[in-house]
Amino acid sequence: MAKVHFVAAPGTLTAYLTGEIDHHAAQALRREIDAQVDIRLPELLTLDFAGVTFMDSSGVGLILGRSRRIGALGGQLTIQSAPTNVRRMLDLAHIHYV
Amino acid sequence: MPKLVPVNQTRVTFLSRSVNEGYARAVLAAFLTQLDPTVPQLADIKTAVSEAVTNCIVHAYPGTLGPVQMDITLFEGGVVRVVVRDRGVGIEDVARAMEPLYTTGDPEERAGLGFAVMQSFMDSVRVASRPGHGTRVTLVRQLERRA
Ligand SMILES: Nc1ncnc2c1ncn2[C@@H]1O[C@H](COP(=O)(O)OP(=O)(O)O)[C@@H](O)[C@H]1O
Ligand SMILES: [Mg+2]
Repeated sequence: MAKVHFVAAPGTLTAYLTGEIDHHAAQALRREIDAQVDIRLPELLTLDFAGVTFMDSSGVGLILGRSRRIGALGGQLTIQSAPTNVRRMLDLAHIHYV
Repeated sequence: MPKLVPVNQTRVTFLSRSVNEGYARAVLAAFLTQLDPTVPQLADIKTAVSEAVTNCIVHAYPGTLGPVQMDITLFEGGVVRVVVRDRGVGIEDVARAMEPLYTTGDPEERAGLGFAVMQSFMDSVRVASRPGHGTRVTLVRQLERRA
């Protein structure tokens, strides 16, 4: 089970993800993140992976899909606090993180 | 390579519902405890198997549900083999399907990296598929001894 909670500030929205991100979880996370983005229209969407204990390539699909979507709305996506297991997946997909 | 001697084996079958992705990983982790794998090794195998199982759930039975079967065999010397199979639509061109970034799924959702992940996290990945009959993915990983 994965969960997400949001912290918004002017121009920015941070999504704190926790739990296991697989294809099952990604479907619900996608809906929740997209709904928040539609309400707040942030310039910067940050996905925080500190609490993520498992992620497969469905998480990569989730990230790339959100990135394209926020890009189309004129914003940007960044990734923060990715643990080792998540970083391995990002490296494989050539996704940059801080 | 010496002949592999099986020491333990289990099989589970489940319906191609996405909630079973977590179920398959839980079964795998529980069965592998007897080998006392390191955390990174267990993470690698769980990720690869999650990819194979997810493919059966996402791609094998478009618009319907069908059975997914997972066989886990442990061999002497710490070799783990996981076979994941479905009776779904099959893959027309396996070599092409295995290319990184290739996907027939929703590009908003799929990254086309499932087979690339399996290949980078396991020692060997074999795919056998017959269009209209189903797909079988065989994943093998030798556990390194703990330092
Ligand atoms: N079990 C399966 N049954 C039918 N087609 C499959 C199966 N597994 C994989 N495929 C095909 O191979 C492609 C690539 O799979 P993969 O690398 O996991 O990427 P993704 O799942 O993101 O599409 C899929 O898009 C699909 O066309
Ligand atoms: Mg896949």
